[in-house]
Amino acid sequence: MLAAAERKRLQDKARAIREEIVKVTYACGGSHIGGAMSQTDVLVALYYKYMRIDPARPDWEDRDRFVLSKGHGGVGHAVVLADKGYFERKLLDDFNKTGSPFGMHLDRLKVRGVDASTGSLGHGFGISIGMAMGARLTGRQFRVYCVVGDGECHEGSVWESAMAAGHFKPTNLTVFVDRNRFCLDGPTEEVMPLDPLDGKFESFGWRVLSIDGHDFDAICGAIETAHAETARPVVVIANTVKGKGVDFMENQTAWHYGGLDDRMKARALESIARS
Amino acid sequence: MLVLGADLGNSTEIDAFRDRFPDRFFNFGAAEQNEVDVAAGLALEGEVPFVHSFGVFLTRRAYEQVIVQVAMHGANVKLVGMIPGLTSRLGPTHQAIEDLSLMRAIPGMTVIDPADATEIEQVVPAIAAWRGPVYTRMMRREVRRVLDPATYRFEVGRAVRLRTGRDVALACSGLMLEPALAAAADLAARGVEADVIHCPTLKPLDEAAILDAAGRCGAVVTAENHLVTGGLGSAVAELAGERLAVPVERVGIRDTFAVPGSPEYLFARYGLTAEAICAAAVRAISRKAR
Repeated sequence: MLAAAERKRLQDKARAIREEIVKVTYACGGSHIGGAMSQTDVLVALYYKYMRIDPARPDWEDRDRFVLSKGHGGVGHAVVLADKGYFERKLLDDFNKTGSPFGMHLDRLKVRGVDASTGSLGHGFGISIGMAMGARLTGRQFRVYCVVGDGECHEGSVWESAMAAGHFKPTNLTVFVDRNRFCLDGPTEEVMPLDPLDGKFESFGWRVLSIDGHDFDAICGAIETAHAETARPVVVIANTVKGKGVDFMENQTAWHYGGLDDRMKARALESIARS
Repeated sequence: MLVLGADLGNSTEIDAFRDRFPDRFFNFGAAEQNEVDVAAGLALEGEVPFVHSFGVFLTRRAYEQVIVQVAMHGANVKLVGMIPGLTSRLGPTHQAIEDLSLMRAIPGMTVIDPADATEIEQVVPAIAAWRGPVYTRMMRREVRRVLDPATYRFEVGRAVRLRTGRDVALACSGLMLEPALAAAADLAARGVEADVIHCPTLKPLDEAAILDAAGRCGAVVTAENHLVTGGLGSAVAELAGERLAVPVERVGIRDTFAVPGSPEYLFARYGLTAEAICAAAVRAISRKAR
């Protein structure tokens, strides 16, 4: 159980991050806002409570690594990195605009604080395994966190990676599946069923924790359980709501990607403030 | 360095490394997409992974991983594609006849087609020391020795003139070195003096060496164990087209998948021979501006 003040600190931060996602999405004309909203609480717990990082030294060798395998959530990741101080917030005024270092999918070579470029699905998972194995080979103590989308789990390479991690057992790696139950075309279970997702990972040799991905007590508890695990890699299936926090976006297929006009922006911010 | 395999230990001849350096060897099973992704992650952590499989699987199956995670990151990954071109007896699923084209198309990728045992011995340390992504073909079992290890020096990005002529330049890569040298000898017997420019690095191409030979000889023939599209023939023709008005003839496989068969049979059937190079040389010379 988190102390009440700690829980509130994380909840307030998540609310602020979601407001920023709305503002950046409004400014840039459109983003993958639904999945950016669903992943936010996991990112907040990692970046504001657990990850050993130093925004002044993005190349610090012993920093914890973070790989957003669902690279289309980049708008949410960029907002977190700006808030942490990796770069100035005003750079996000030009997010995904011509000439900006920010594409919709973040590039390690262009954006400070990004540990792996992603954007095509099913790659970041394997990259994060390589990083975790690299820590082991070089005797460094950092941890690697990776967030995979549930629709991303339709990619065969995800299961190649799951199999390899089940075999090599990088226990310094924690993978989250942002299980918001929607992919671009509709509900995952209608497009291409994934359930039982926990059973799939278990059969590939993982320890599986299934949690409410918007409950900070559950998220923090899962992270601490993962830290204590020494035998198997841990996957946290974070059951989330696509578009979380904005009433008219929640669980709506159409809000996988979208833009906001003035009225929608105001309504979205009001909804987040109430959440 | 590390060695990553994909369930082809014997076939890619990495088992000796595995036995000697078990802590530096990882077998990913027949899962090349993840093998390449993990290699990129390891490279971002400072390791130098040598990623092995058959050339077809690394370049066809894991193409997007190679582009997005290796090349876009500029990751220091060495991709080693075994059994090049028509050396596979296992038919078109296993014959890497467009691997050089696919790899050459990728920004920032260094692409190498070694010729013989001497070259392989030198390519491995050279690419280990080279910063950035590399694709090299690799041969197995008994590999012939054509180049003299006492005098030959491989450098990434350097072509080597092995014979000096004045009538036509024969630019070759990989296993077409021997037929090119044989063709030059045949041509000499007919009074035609050929340059032989050995081009193990397709990218970055040694443009100065090609332009020098093409300029001196006024006609170029390329020869490769590969489709004539996208590999050495294309690279040389692109350069010649932009920089010199000289005829270029390309020897290689022409827009077809090959049948299964022995390398000797296949090289003859698809025209990867000294005779084909001689014929192309005669054509190229006849096309010189009069």
